[in-house]
Amino acid sequence: MDVLGRYEPLVENVEAFRAACERPLPSVVRVNTIKADAERARRTLEASEIGYESPGWQPGLFGLDTEKPGATWGSFHGWWHGQEEVSAIPAPVLDPQPGERVWAACGAPGSKASHLAALMDDSGTLVANDRSLGRLSALRFNLERLGVTCAAVTNRDARNFSLQPFDFAEFDRALVDAPCSCEGTIRKNPDAFEEWSEGYLDSVSTLQRSITERAIQATREGGRVVYSTCTFAPEENEAVLDNVLESEDCRLVEFDLALDHDAGITEWRGEEFDSSLRKAKRVYPHQNDTGGFFCARLEVGG
Amino acid sequence: MTGAPEPGSGDEDDGDGGERENDGSRFDRLPPSPEERRVAGRPTREEVLEWWADRYGVPRETFAEQSFWEKGSGKIWAFAGESPSPVAIEGLGLTFLRTRQEYWKPTTNAVQRFGHTATRNVIELEKGEARAFVAGHDQAIEWDGDWGYLIAAHDIDGLEPLGVGLYLHGELRSQVPKGRRREF
Repeated sequence: MDVLGRYEPLVENVEAFRAACERPLPSVVRVNTIKADAERARRTLEASEIGYESPGWQPGLFGLDTEKPGATWGSFHGWWHGQEEVSAIPAPVLDPQPGERVWAACGAPGSKASHLAALMDDSGTLVANDRSLGRLSALRFNLERLGVTCAAVTNRDARNFSLQPFDFAEFDRALVDAPCSCEGTIRKNPDAFEEWSEGYLDSVSTLQRSITERAIQATREGGRVVYSTCTFAPEENEAVLDNVLESEDCRLVEFDLALDHDAGITEWRGEEFDSSLRKAKRVYPHQNDTGGFFCARLEVGG
Repeated sequence: MTGAPEPGSGDEDDGDGGERENDGSRFDRLPPSPEERRVAGRPTREEVLEWWADRYGVPRETFAEQSFWEKGSGKIWAFAGESPSPVAIEGLGLTFLRTRQEYWKPTTNAVQRFGHTATRNVIELEKGEARAFVAGHDQAIEWDGDWGYLIAAHDIDGLEPLGVGLYLHGELRSQVPKGRRREF
């Protein structure tokens, strides 16, 4: 199955898209401001033998010229965290504030959850949840290594998540970084297409919709929900949100992203989506030499 | 808190007949003081603050935003968020300190997060020693101070805590847990 071929009608430069998907992914770290600021990280890199560059679209990201970003002093101290460059997109779009109640609905392995905690200045309550017990240990390990103290870690099914363990009834903000077919990680995981099938898209999109609906229900009126995936499939992106817009009281909101990107689409294989889905953003690998990503910002309450 | 950790339990019982046993399946907030202690052997917030100040000179204010919780016997967590007590979830902040033993032991993550203001029982390692320490090796190092759990630190753009070392008989034993060890 030529999975990428499905998306040729969506991308302007098909050759560049396909070529980028063939190339390995550069190694990127995000500075963890709970433990170090970007300047200290930069000074440490200057003093080391590791070459680096700053992607520039977001402060505190460094591309490291090493095969093993984990084998660095900065990693050991938790000053930075190795992650895909595009995975640094959704936390600033959610923009959680110190003192707020924030939900990372699918929080493992913790790159984005720890980014949320850092944006909160490690103050407030971050409920970092994941359904998979196996992935929960990675979540806890990463949060602790990065010095996060504001996180409560839960192991629930996000679709029917209950706030019962806590003293509050709703979140200020929620991030749904949904389980997905991970097509956009093909540069990192060459096996990403092995399990791919249209049947899987059907089942995972049902799951994505349920989690997003629950996130909107659990977020206060006027609060914010960000939906993101690392996949190109409109079935898992715009189509999911089109359904959510119908079932829940929420709307899509514009946001800025200083990476080259395309707007969300409003038509796919004969199906039409709400015109507000243009406010979502699609990042293709050839646009910024990254992985692929989808991100949308929702406001709760019309 | 001088001398070396020895085998044996330091558990205390303050003799209140109404006390309960520790329940290891949930997080319980530490009582502020001994008068409010309801679970046998549970340390108080005051004792934890005092211990960091006595042992390492870490000011009490360092932990102003943190509440302390016990889950499991003697395992103390530091949490900056809001939660009722008790709460049965998987994690609450970071694992912080091991108590209910004669010599309390801070975690690597706690020392990295809160150890910058330590003024005593901090052993500064040279570059090669620091690498051996984070690889998990024990090494012979001279040290004039107390034996027991020390904060190991090195100079990297300022003095930075690496983790916890157990100093005994002229040897610093790295306590960096397996998953946190690095060789580079």
